[in-house]
Amino acid sequence: MSERVLMEGSAAMAEAAIRAGCRFYAGYPITPSTEILEYMSVRLPEVGGTCMNAESEIEAIGMVWGAAGCGVRAMTASTGQGISLMQESFAELANAQIPVVTINMCRGQGDYFQATRGGGHGDYRFILLAPASAQEAVELAQLAFYLAEKWRNPVMIMGDFLLSHTSEIVEFPPSTYPALPPKSWAITGAKGRRGITLSPLGPSEKLSTDLATTLARVIDKHAAIKVEEVRVDTGYLDDAELVVVAFGFPGRFVKYAARLARDKGMRVGYVRPITLWPFPSQVIADIADRVPAIAVFELNAGQMIEDVQLAVLGRAPVHAIGGISHDHSGFGVGPLLSVEYILKRIEDVYPRKAKVA
Amino acid sequence: MSAIPPAGLRTQHSGLQKVFSPTDLLLNSEHSLCPGCGEPVALRTILELIHDLGVRDRTICVAGIGCYTAFPMIMDVDVMQALHGRAPSVATGVKRVRPDAFVFTMQGDGDMISEGLQEVIHSAARGEQFTAIVFNNAVFGETGGHMTAATVLGQHTKTSVGGRNRERHGNPIKISELIAQLDGTAYVARAAVHTPSAIKLTKQYLHDAFRSQLDSKGFSLVEILTMCPTDWFVTPDQGPAFLETKLIPTYPLGVIKS
Amino acid sequence: MRATVTIDRELCKGCALCIPVCPPKVLVMSEPVNTKGYRYPLLLEGCTGCELCAKVCPDFCFEVYRELRPDEAAS
Repeated sequence: MSERVLMEGSAAMAEAAIRAGCRFYAGYPITPSTEILEYMSVRLPEVGGTCMNAESEIEAIGMVWGAAGCGVRAMTASTGQGISLMQESFAELANAQIPVVTINMCRGQGDYFQATRGGGHGDYRFILLAPASAQEAVELAQLAFYLAEKWRNPVMIMGDFLLSHTSEIVEFPPSTYPALPPKSWAITGAKGRRGITLSPLGPSEKLSTDLATTLARVIDKHAAIKVEEVRVDTGYLDDAELVVVAFGFPGRFVKYAARLARDKGMRVGYVRPITLWPFPSQVIADIADRVPAIAVFELNAGQMIEDVQLAVLGRAPVHAIGGISHDHSGFGVGPLLSVEYILKRIEDVYPRKAKVA
Repeated sequence: MSAIPPAGLRTQHSGLQKVFSPTDLLLNSEHSLCPGCGEPVALRTILELIHDLGVRDRTICVAGIGCYTAFPMIMDVDVMQALHGRAPSVATGVKRVRPDAFVFTMQGDGDMISEGLQEVIHSAARGEQFTAIVFNNAVFGETGGHMTAATVLGQHTKTSVGGRNRERHGNPIKISELIAQLDGTAYVARAAVHTPSAIKLTKQYLHDAFRSQLDSKGFSLVEILTMCPTDWFVTPDQGPAFLETKLIPTYPLGVIKS
Repeated sequence: MRATVTIDRELCKGCALCIPVCPPKVLVMSEPVNTKGYRYPLLLEGCTGCELCAKVCPDFCFEVYRELRPDEAAS
């Protein structure tokens, strides 16, 4: 299907996952991720896959673990609270190098720390992708399965309420990613070979477990991912006096606000990290060398700003121009997510010494 | 082998056939479990059955966390190592995507009946087509002797000091009887490995449980009472008597559902 | 019935579970210890090849040999 269709973000991501070969989904109903479970319940059986409505989030990630460990592309989705429940399994299946794809449909942007630092134990990282549109979410869903298997590392896609429930025109381009090597690590039944173990505790070879070696191999893997997999969207940087950093759907609002600021004579640029991990630290470091001020717009108490500050290392002031913002229900976006508000905050922190062109 | 044949028989055992040796599916006879532990005996019967039923090539074991976590490295079958209490959900994912695989979990009582009670109940209710096996020694062995949901009344552990007391520590959960109540469960039996006849029963019940999976009858559970002299605070040779007198009154052997 | 067992004394952890299950009572624990410091079983005359010691052993120390009965085939 290369035609364009109008779909809600959640459904589009689910369809994209199926197009990418996802054949197992387990989830638990929780707003605003529930529609993914609903879509998978109908669509996966149509393609010979299995969708499980698990009795808890912990069981959902367990089922995905089992399916992915057998070499099947498997996925789960939840929101922050459910992702909290899954943390032990996240940490351990990352140690076991099992490639699962997960979606956090956040209620806002308050789960940045949980996602990037990991709420689980140990030295694991998830590759984190943050779409800003339903179409980008479709493409990142495809990318997620590819990256997960390429690196044998879990991947998480950060959505939010706007992604989940906003309908946009999307199309599903065929995958152009190169073929990956066969999954010799997958558990298939030991026909024609010695039995292997897929474990967080050690390598597959029988008769030995070397926990120290197992845990240390991530260091090289993480370093390689940081070199190869950074993705970022930037604009209006060449002459910028103020650069605003934002991720996810708020990034679109910031992009629009930057254009409006330019109409008013302020030279504003933007950086929208698409990979939250690996974070585009080098891009921001380069900007910090030549831009008088940087601002961070995020709908939380200040989380991504720490990664920005780490990249800037004091070479430019970093202003927080976002904040916690929910509607009265706690599920929906609040008043701070508005172009007018962002523009006002840009005006507040725009460098005074800079000339207004 | 440092064999010590009796005087009077030639050392080549001429005319004698080897009638028993540890199964080939055991990659190494050496393991780090305690003297007198019952779990290796249970493991041996499981591996022998996998061999006898001819299902080795499609066997996937999902292991929990306990002393038996040392077993995957000596089992010549594919094993997926899960988290404490979480083997049933992993086994569900495995069996759903590989329905032709022969799937069983290997868990302890702390793993299945404490941490993972929810998981095994849901798997049984759904009638997932795998066999759950629990090595029940009524104690957390690996951590050094602490109370589980299966510790029996009067049993001393480091967290039921002086003996499990109903008022202070509550009552044990009989997992076989609990699981047998659920629609979706096809076979539930409780066996033990403290005597040769009990070991024979263990093998019979495991066979019937495996058979019910191979015939796609539903969820099956075999509870195997195993000795843990270390965390029963007795000597290894006292393990079988402790099992008989302290565990079996709470956990009678037999087929609970078939 | 001529029979015997071989015992890997280095695998043995001295649990002595084999001793009471032997019907003709031909297993006794040694006085010396193996390199791990455990006593291990010694076989006296009179083994019937019943395999009970092998079945209860948690450390897989035993292999059992005997004459086959008329109804048993050689493996």
